[in-house]
Amino acid sequence: MTRAAIITRVVKPVLYVAALVPLAYLLVALFSGWVMGDQVKFMQHVTGDTVLVCLLLTLAITPVRRLTGWNEIIRVRRLIGLTAFWYACLHLTTYLVFDQSLSISDIAADIMEHPWVLVGFAAFLCLVPLAITSTNGWIRRLGGKRWQRLHRLVYVAAIAGVLHYLWLVKKDVSAPLTYGAVLLVLFAIRIWVARGGTKPHAASRQIRAKPAA
Amino acid sequence: MLIRRPPDIPSAEITDEMLYWNRREFIKAAGMGVAAAGGLLPSSIPSLTRADEKLTPYEDVTGYNNFYEFGTGKDDPAKNAGTLRIRPWKIEVAGEVKKAAVYDFDELLKPYTPVERVYRLRCVEGWSMVIPWLGIPLRNIIDRLEPTSKAKFVEFTTLYDPQQMPGQRQGVLDWPYVEGLRMDEARHPLTLMVTGLYGKPLPNQNGAPLRLIVPWKYGFKGGKSLVKIRFTETQPQTTWNLAAPNEYGFYANVNPEVDHPRWSQARERRIGEFFKRKTLLFNGYAGEVASLYAGMDLRKNF
Repeated sequence: MTRAAIITRVVKPVLYVAALVPLAYLLVALFSGWVMGDQVKFMQHVTGDTVLVCLLLTLAITPVRRLTGWNEIIRVRRLIGLTAFWYACLHLTTYLVFDQSLSISDIAADIMEHPWVLVGFAAFLCLVPLAITSTNGWIRRLGGKRWQRLHRLVYVAAIAGVLHYLWLVKKDVSAPLTYGAVLLVLFAIRIWVARGGTKPHAASRQIRAKPAA
Repeated sequence: MLIRRPPDIPSAEITDEMLYWNRREFIKAAGMGVAAAGGLLPSSIPSLTRADEKLTPYEDVTGYNNFYEFGTGKDDPAKNAGTLRIRPWKIEVAGEVKKAAVYDFDELLKPYTPVERVYRLRCVEGWSMVIPWLGIPLRNIIDRLEPTSKAKFVEFTTLYDPQQMPGQRQGVLDWPYVEGLRMDEARHPLTLMVTGLYGKPLPNQNGAPLRLIVPWKYGFKGGKSLVKIRFTETQPQTTWNLAAPNEYGFYANVNPEVDHPRWSQARERRIGEFFKRKTLLFNGYAGEVASLYAGMDLRKNF
């Protein structure tokens, strides 16, 4: 099998299944009665962690390509990015429905008064245009350069997502700091590569909008 | 993750929640109940929770805990508190008090018969439970120890022993955990020195062998696994207040009007429910305790 074939025939099917694992875990845990204490908080932690992990994975794609030259791996980025978006939708829904009972005035007040809610909401809003323009059609319509510029919003979403977690934690900040540290390393690799820290691989200029198959 | 483990006590030995309710009805019907028979309670106290509030299941009460001495995860205390040795257990009584001494647990509590109290427990994080505690009104203990006229506050210190309490090997908080009350709060009839729950001795993860419960304050005011009770003239320095003075005050009275700087306190999630319910002023005990704070600015003294 060629490397591209490995991606389409092995990696992608595995990722499709993997994307459903957190949801399956959530449903099994809730319906079997395993979950102790605050069930809504449990939903929010599982979905929120999934969003952050997926966002970090999408941001790891380019560094991996630069460091290894495995360019075909770009083909899984859309799948992972959309997984982040769908879990962000679930995460937001649990908040809107269970925490705020869909009260518009309570939601507005909560967003305005509490910075961690505000950055979380901002992170979600960043992901919306990225999800909408993730199709091949939109990439063509926008053109590679503009599409790429728009999709830099994912940096903002990831930073806001980590801040959202950091600011809500009561005292033990080890989990959000771990996400933050990974994010910093990924950014550091990008900067290092951009400054010529590694020879650009021949194909790496193709990043412009070659959509995932 | 917060996954249920089988409780250490076989469930057949745990009193069913319905039995509890029936027993409470029986006590009410029989008159003023155990506690009132001791002459300790004003007549309003049997209605400590409303009839439509159900007891939080034993598994949640003993499986979802904040007890950072055993880890910061909600399921850490249940997993890790097995290392706590609760006998022999010494309690030092110190400060402005005539009967200052180091007491053995059983010696300190021998004169009393624990009473049952069903209280709401409201965590500062925005969740709550309804728990049938067993304990001794703190004022009975205090009065026997004879504080001096200088005693204006009571300070409660939790065990410090990183060998037994693995969470203390991390510096999440300044150990040992210290909490405190004003003397009138400590001597209020609702304030309970707890030795059990659901008719059983207190499980380690809930603060065995001895913990404080002050039902109109956020849960963190109730120090667990206490080893020292000190009477002081000045307000004690308390752990969460030292850790984040703008977020956790000395009083920490439950108040839906006074938000935590980072989140609203207007509503709470009762464990077992999906939607939130309104938080009550003084956790629903305003009738009993509001007079303690007459004339005080509750926003300033949060």
